[in-house]
Amino acid sequence: MYRTLLALPIAVLLSAGLAACGGDDGGGDDGDQTVTVYAAASLTKAFEQLKDDFEADHEGVTVDLELGGSSDLVTQLVEGADGDVFASADEANMTKLTDADLQADDPQLFASNTLEIAVPPDNPAGVQSFEDLAGPDVDLVVCAPEVPCGAATQSMAELVGVTLDPVSEADSVTDVIGQVVAGQADAGVVYRTDVIAAGDDVTGVEFPQAQEVVNRYPIVALDDAADPELAQEFVDLVLSEEGQQVLADAGFGAP
Amino acid sequence: MARQRTTGLPAWVFVPALLGVVVVVLPLAGIVSRVDWGQFWPLVTSESSRQALLLSLRTSSVSTALCLLLGVPMAVVLARSQGRWLGVLRSLVLLPLVLPPVVGGLALLYTFGRRGLVGESLEAWGVDIAYTTIAVVLAQTFVSLPFLVVSLEGALRTAGRRYEVVASTLGASPTTVLRRITVPMVLPGLLSGAVLAFARALGEFGATVTFAGSKEGVTRTLPTEIYLQRVEDPDAAVALALVLVVVAIVVIGVARPGRGSL
Repeated sequence: MYRTLLALPIAVLLSAGLAACGGDDGGGDDGDQTVTVYAAASLTKAFEQLKDDFEADHEGVTVDLELGGSSDLVTQLVEGADGDVFASADEANMTKLTDADLQADDPQLFASNTLEIAVPPDNPAGVQSFEDLAGPDVDLVVCAPEVPCGAATQSMAELVGVTLDPVSEADSVTDVIGQVVAGQADAGVVYRTDVIAAGDDVTGVEFPQAQEVVNRYPIVALDDAADPELAQEFVDLVLSEEGQQVLADAGFGAP
Repeated sequence: MARQRTTGLPAWVFVPALLGVVVVVLPLAGIVSRVDWGQFWPLVTSESSRQALLLSLRTSSVSTALCLLLGVPMAVVLARSQGRWLGVLRSLVLLPLVLPPVVGGLALLYTFGRRGLVGESLEAWGVDIAYTTIAVVLAQTFVSLPFLVVSLEGALRTAGRRYEVVASTLGASPTTVLRRITVPMVLPGLLSGAVLAFARALGEFGATVTFAGSKEGVTRTLPTEIYLQRVEDPDAAVALALVLVVVAIVVIGVARPGRGSL
C-alpha cells in the first residue's frame, strides 16, 4: 500500500520525463519505422489520404500526422519537437523554420489556396460578393490578423477597397467555419478547401478577386529526421503527380 | 482543546509531497523565466492588453454578481430541503464543474445561439446576444456558478440548523431567519465562494471563445488575448499570463480553503 502510494507520483514524473526525451525512435530497425509529418490543419483530408498511400507503398512504415495551425507547429519544431517533415500553410511560417536552420534542403511549394466566403446554406444576409461583407447587417467572422488566414483576409479587403467590421476575429480558420456551420455568423472568410471540407453545412460564395491573394504551401524534410531518405520520400510523394491529384481533389490549386 | 501533535508522520511521505509541490510550482517558474522584464510594463499596458484586462474585470464582476444572485438561493435550497430529486438536481447543477469548457460553450451556442433552442425565439423578439459582451457574461456565469454553490452548500451544512430552529420557534419568519441567521452565519463561506467564482470567470476561455467569439473590447477577454498572442507575440502572451498568475495567487490568498467555515 505504502509502496504504491510512493510509486505513483514518481511514475508520473518519470513518464513525463521520458515523454520529453523520447520520440527519437523509428529510425534504424527494419520494418518498424515512423515518419512524423507536421502539417497545417487545412491539409488534414489530403494528407490523411497521402498517409494511407505512403503506408501502402512502404511496408512496416507508419506515418504520424501532427496537424495544427502552422504557427503552432513551427513553434513546437523550433522549441525542439521531433519531426521528419514540415508542411506549412504559408511561407512566413516556413521562414521561421529555415531561420532556425532546421531544413534538410530548400523548401518546395506544393499547393496553393485561395480565400472564399462561407455562408450558412440559406444565406440569411444575402451575401453575394466580397463587397457585401462590409454591409451593416452582416454578422461577419474572420481570422484575427495575427494568423495567416487573417492576414490574407486583410490584404483582400485592402485590394477590394472595403473596410470590414467583423463581429469576431477568431484565432483559427476552424473557429470561423465552426461559427458559420452553427448558423451563429452570417458569413465567414475562409479558404476554398475549408468550404469543400465542410460539405453541405455551408455554402461557398466565390468572388472574382480571390485569385489575387494566394496562399502558397511549402514543404520540407527536416535536417534531424530519424530516416532522412524516408522523410524525403514522403515529400516526393506530395510533389508527385499522384500527390498533386489528391490535393486538387481537396480543392487546392497548383503551386 | 489541546492541539494534536503531528509526530506520527513517516519521513518518506515528504518525498512524494515535495515532488507534488515541484509538479505544481516548476511550470510557474518556467513562465516567470520567460518574462521579458524590460518590456513587461509596456506589454501589459498596451491598448489591446488594457482592453482585454478591463473587459475581463468587468465581465467577471458582473458574472460574480449573477452567481451570488442565483447561487445563494440554489445553495440554500440544496442544503436545507429534502427530497428524492435533490441528489439528481445537485448533480445537474454541478455539471459545469466537470464539463470541458468547450462543451459548455457548444451547449450555450445551441441554446442561446441564433439557431439555438431559446436563441431562435429570442431573436424573433429582437434580442440578439450573439457576439456581445452579454454572451461572455453568460459563458462565465455558466462555468462559475457551481463553484459558489458547492462552497456555500458545504458551509451551510457544516453550520447546521440549530440557530435557525431556535429563531423560528421564537417567532421569526422564514425570510427573517434566512436574512438574519443563515446568511450571516455562512458569510466567510459565501465570500470564499464568490472569490472562487470570480477567479473561475476571470480564467474562462473555452466556453467564451466557442460561444461569444473574440473581438477587442467586446468579447476578447484576457485569456483569449493570451491565446491569440501566444504565437505572434509570445512576450506579450507571457507578460499577460503573469498578470493572471498574480491575480490567481491573490485570489487564493483571500479564499484559502480551511479559512472561514470550511
